[in-house]
Amino acid sequence: MSTLTKFSAIPYTGPAPTNREPYVPANVAQTDARGEEIAAKISNNALQQERGQDMPSFSVDRNAIVDVLTSLRNSGFTIPLDLFGVDYPRRSGGRFDVVYQLYSPQANERVRLKVRVAEDESIPSSVGVFKGYDWYERETFDMFGVKFEGHPNLRRILCHEMFQGHALRKDYDPAQRWLLTEQGVAKLLPKIDPKFENVDTDFERVTLNLGPSHPATHGTLRIVVTLDGETIIGADTEIGYLHRCFEKMAETHTYQQVIPFTDRLNYCSAIINNVGYCMTIEKMLGIEAPARAQHIRLMLSEFMRISDHIICIGTNLVDMGALTNFWYLFQPREEILGLVESCCGARLLPTYTRVGGMAVDAPADFLANSQRLVNMLPKFIDDVEKLIMKNRIFLDRVIGVCPISQEDALSYGFTGPCLRATGVPYDVRKASPYLGYETYDWDVPIADGGDTYARFLVRLEEMRQSLRILQQAIDRGLPPGPVIVDNPYVALPPKERVYNEMESLIYHFKLIMHGIQPPVGEAYFQVEGGNGELGFYVVSDGTKNPYRVRVRPPCFPIFEAYPQMITGQTIPDAIAGLGSLNIIAGELDH
Amino acid sequence: MPAQKIEHPDSIIPRKAGVAPGEGPEKGLITLPGETSREAEDLAGGTYLTTKLDTMVNWARGNSLWPLPFGTACCAIEFMSMVSSHYDVARFGAEVVRFSPRQADLMIVAGTIVDKMGPVLKKIYDQMPEPKYVLAMGACATSGGFYRVYHVMQGIDEVIPVDIWVPGCPPTPDGLMYGILKLKDKIERGEIKRG
Repeated sequence: MSTLTKFSAIPYTGPAPTNREPYVPANVAQTDARGEEIAAKISNNALQQERGQDMPSFSVDRNAIVDVLTSLRNSGFTIPLDLFGVDYPRRSGGRFDVVYQLYSPQANERVRLKVRVAEDESIPSSVGVFKGYDWYERETFDMFGVKFEGHPNLRRILCHEMFQGHALRKDYDPAQRWLLTEQGVAKLLPKIDPKFENVDTDFERVTLNLGPSHPATHGTLRIVVTLDGETIIGADTEIGYLHRCFEKMAETHTYQQVIPFTDRLNYCSAIINNVGYCMTIEKMLGIEAPARAQHIRLMLSEFMRISDHIICIGTNLVDMGALTNFWYLFQPREEILGLVESCCGARLLPTYTRVGGMAVDAPADFLANSQRLVNMLPKFIDDVEKLIMKNRIFLDRVIGVCPISQEDALSYGFTGPCLRATGVPYDVRKASPYLGYETYDWDVPIADGGDTYARFLVRLEEMRQSLRILQQAIDRGLPPGPVIVDNPYVALPPKERVYNEMESLIYHFKLIMHGIQPPVGEAYFQVEGGNGELGFYVVSDGTKNPYRVRVRPPCFPIFEAYPQMITGQTIPDAIAGLGSLNIIAGELDH
Repeated sequence: MPAQKIEHPDSIIPRKAGVAPGEGPEKGLITLPGETSREAEDLAGGTYLTTKLDTMVNWARGNSLWPLPFGTACCAIEFMSMVSSHYDVARFGAEVVRFSPRQADLMIVAGTIVDKMGPVLKKIYDQMPEPKYVLAMGACATSGGFYRVYHVMQGIDEVIPVDIWVPGCPPTPDGLMYGILKLKDKIERGEIKRG
């Protein structure tokens, strides 16, 4: 094994662990200068720049947040990426930080706003500025108890209705459960869209519940619709049926132990989640995985993206009655999972990456197997395209179904294929390349219309683009060398050395007992997941457990827009549209 | 034609419980490939066979499980793999996936059940007609898995009875199939009596 030669006999002489030292991001001067420019443009007294962060960062007075968000939106920051809380119970002058992150597709830059708020204070709701902040504010209320004044429907979103307390507060016992009985289940009554309020028809209005256990809802989503005849005139959704408390679990585990939890966010493309999380921690530690590890990460990420799209397309077509594609596409998907299995022994949720590299090296026949897959996949994609794209029934069921305008998609915070289907060419791999995506020749597919058909086209083309990247990656070959960094404060020494050398034994013991200890600070890192921008925001207090891990799930804003997308459509159209959004419950509910 | 006595009375006893396919001679109602089709000929020739009604009914039930996938999370994706072309659970008679609890007799709970889902799970279980079986797929459905936390049920046996637990996170499709075969054995042995 190559790991035998990884450690030299000479003890490691690199930098000592950075415990309790502040985190210094790369290009900090540039970021600060850019922050000044943005502050000058907004020119709001309530805005104070915070220096030394990994993106232009400001603290904002809570009463001015709506104004600041409005001016930022008008100056190009049109995508609301995230809104979440962080709890500092012993801090004076406001216990919670509510963090807003925005992205500007034109300038390709991000900005972070922080609002400090005490337990008894409230923040003006920013739903009027960005539609997508509706659910994010509900989530922050659910998890931290922060109140948003003027929010139209401030109730719990992830935890159930009989839950007491706010789970992500630091003083909440992680294992404290609350019983939900049938009497406590939420009764949803969708608001009727104003468009349909005064329409006079012969039909009686019916309210219909779909889910949370429904064959067409792909997991655990609950949709309640009000029908006028066959037309949906109002819809509401309820999520949280798979709220597995990823963020609280991350706080109670060490940095390495969080990796298996990330697998289970988007379980259709687990390696991309692993990569995103590990690269966030690597960013904080200031290390980079070896070239060989990066190459394996890139190749498996692209295979996982293909597999993710296969599940989305296959199951979506099952919903429309086209079962053939599902059986047919699952065959190459099994082969992809077989490739993952040959690398690390697990199929679906591999937990293959580690902070600083990969768990083990890829097998010797990795490239040959990849090449076989890359040769095989185009036929499957072409066949499926032939089967559906000239099929009148299919086309009638997808063209113009569940559309969303570009403006709305941006306002909700769409990313990924669903945003690209509305014509915005935003892809994290192009916008802020990682793992060397900038060195590959590939294109970002976009489509017009934002309907189910457009999403199909984008996904099909994306699979082909992934194959292009893969072919180039195979041609380049795997770089030689180790697959994990040579740093005993981050990576475990090989077992052979642990059994035979004192130093390695001590390093092993220290790393298991005390864990990785990133420097104090916060960092955000994003990768392109199967459904869009998958971001991790990590706050470290210098100990072995993360102080706060926030995942930015791409599904969350997409499903938020769903009631709007299906209003005016029929139930079968709503089902076809839901499948094309590729909502993964594990990611949606974290 | 007068009834004939069958030479070996043992041979008409349905397959013995606990004997895995391939281990020892399996004689009984099914004529296996390579075995002489004596019983079949006898049947055609108007002979009789004796068995207990329960045994025969259980044999039929065990071989035609209609699963209801109560899929919530990652395990549901592996369940999909199991029913799709590569693994093909149709070989064991459990491919008729029904999403309505009224039409199914095996509930496969695939994935984490959180407290918010508890009442839903119970309700759907109650809607299934007897006889009904429950298979808890994976660590989360079995014990909450590594989610020992404020919103996750620590095993579905908090709300419904479970017949078979399948370990794994997630179990491989082969593992799930093994679970279904074990359940089939259990049913054929007549160990599950409810209703």
